[in-house]
Amino acid sequence: MKLFNHFKNDIIISIASLIFLISIAIFVEHPWPKDFLISIFSFGLLAMSLNMLIGFAGMVSFGHAAFFALGGYAFGLFLQNELFLSNFGQLSIIIAFILSIIITGIYATIIGAICVRLNEIYFAFLTLAFQMFLYSVIVSWVSLTGGDQGLMGGIARPEFLGIDLSNSIHRYIFCSIIFVICILILRILNKSNFGYSLRLIRDNQERAEFLGIRVFRVKLICFVIASMVASVGGIIMTLFTSGAYPEWAFWTQSGEAIFMIMLGGISIFLGPLVGTVLLRLINDVVQMYSSHTELVTGIIIMVVVLGLRKGLVEYLLEKISWSKK
Amino acid sequence: MFDIDALMNCFGMASCAVNQLTSGLIIGMLLFLVASGLTLIFGVLNVINFAHGTFYMIGAYFAFSAYLLTESYLLSAFVGALGAGIFGIFFERVLISKVYNQDILMQLLVCYAFILITDDLVKLIWGTDYIAMGIPDEFRLAPFRIFGGYVPPLYAFLILLSLVIGIAIIFLISKTRFGSIVRAAAENAPMVSALGIRVPLYFALLFGLGCALAGVAGALAAPVRSLTPGMGFGILIESFIVTVIGGMGSIPGALVAAIILGLTRSIGSVGFPLFVDGLMFLIMALVLIFKPTGLFVKGSSK
Repeated sequence: MKLFNHFKNDIIISIASLIFLISIAIFVEHPWPKDFLISIFSFGLLAMSLNMLIGFAGMVSFGHAAFFALGGYAFGLFLQNELFLSNFGQLSIIIAFILSIIITGIYATIIGAICVRLNEIYFAFLTLAFQMFLYSVIVSWVSLTGGDQGLMGGIARPEFLGIDLSNSIHRYIFCSIIFVICILILRILNKSNFGYSLRLIRDNQERAEFLGIRVFRVKLICFVIASMVASVGGIIMTLFTSGAYPEWAFWTQSGEAIFMIMLGGISIFLGPLVGTVLLRLINDVVQMYSSHTELVTGIIIMVVVLGLRKGLVEYLLEKISWSKK
Repeated sequence: MFDIDALMNCFGMASCAVNQLTSGLIIGMLLFLVASGLTLIFGVLNVINFAHGTFYMIGAYFAFSAYLLTESYLLSAFVGALGAGIFGIFFERVLISKVYNQDILMQLLVCYAFILITDDLVKLIWGTDYIAMGIPDEFRLAPFRIFGGYVPPLYAFLILLSLVIGIAIIFLISKTRFGSIVRAAAENAPMVSALGIRVPLYFALLFGLGCALAGVAGALAAPVRSLTPGMGFGILIESFIVTVIGGMGSIPGALVAAIILGLTRSIGSVGFPLFVDGLMFLIMALVLIFKPTGLFVKGSSK
């Protein structure tokens, strides 16, 4: 109850936005908004959880998409396994969901324990290296993961508690509930003592140590939680595409997530989400006019990074506050 | 997963052992050239060039085109190195030097964007297919026989040339005027520029030199590997592993670590082909846990 009172506003906003998201499913018949929003839920969780590392804790990870991919692959593999499905029947989806997050958590603990101690540059490069390790495992372990082709053949989506995830409206509502819960969890963490510890570590690690914060442990917990939230993003994507693809574990996915954060701004809590929407829209527009999406995206990144030197949203907010003066 | 018998069999026969050792040395020496560029740039500028693999790719493609024109392998390797070096100076001056003092997020994004742009440009110019350069005419000779194993002259030449380049770089950094200015600027750039030396110029040259090392590795490797857009990324990760094991900023460390990795790759491909990547990462993880500064660097990485 105390928790509820403390975060009353956040919880009310969450419920309101959930109602808004669900009403889209009910009132809009065209599939495009639902499909677009599910991809935003998925990549939005990737970007938001990455910002928990970069924005809250100042740990610049270049390998965050690994956990996104791991969650997606684990979830897909469970739901393709006959034995798993026959054992758990109706509960399959729930158990696969929980197990995938736990597996990602364990993997993140191992990787984090190696990486978290290191300084900024090492941390960025090592997380990248471990992501490429996961990528090479996915691509070379063809018998399990389908290699280059990805996890093909669709996944089973047995009905549970009256929710049928093969139905696009059910699936959309299910994903939006999970998405809002995850964002709320990130928000609560951000405003809790834990969030303050993270910001203190980001701004002055030595001071944090002197104040009795166990820096290594706090950073590791942050790394693991962020990875688990990213894996939920992967799970949503697997539910949506009914498969899992090695590109999710490729380094460009992490680069893209960093750019999403940069576009939206790291200092605003929901900034990365705005960045996700912006980048998706940019991608869609570029794809309409050109087949060289990478070239155009690269040039856009250069312009934003070297031209504005801060997030697009932060830049606009600053412009507005300047013009008011 | 592990095929110990095949491994024992191979080392029971001198010919197989010689073949594996030479291919391990080739992989290792080419890796050393790339990694020495990375470690050189890091040692002086304290920047990790995430786009380093791109210069490897640029070197390989430039060399390929030069080889089609001139049909000389040595000249094409020179063109590859020069092309990568010039691109490197351009990259340093126009892009990465703008974010030296900003946080690492900006540096990552600039490198990410640069990789996207160059990969797509390579696709536009040379196409998306795999390109094979083939063994150059100069080296279509009978292989040497060493203990019953065959060593193609090209391989022997590659190993020797990489070693010579490596020694030349160590000499350049430790004995010449250029080297001492660069080392001094790494310690205290404002002091060096107060002595009337144009530090940014030296930084740009050093960056170009590092990129040229990646480029020459790509150019030399062109006959033995196939060319494809995005080929640089794998080698970037491997050369990073090399610099972690050998220690950031240490060129001799990079040499030893690159040879260790090269031999791991070639011997591993006989005994445990699926676990080669895993073993490389395991070695790196062990080094990071027990000696985070790398095997050849004193001091702390924190």
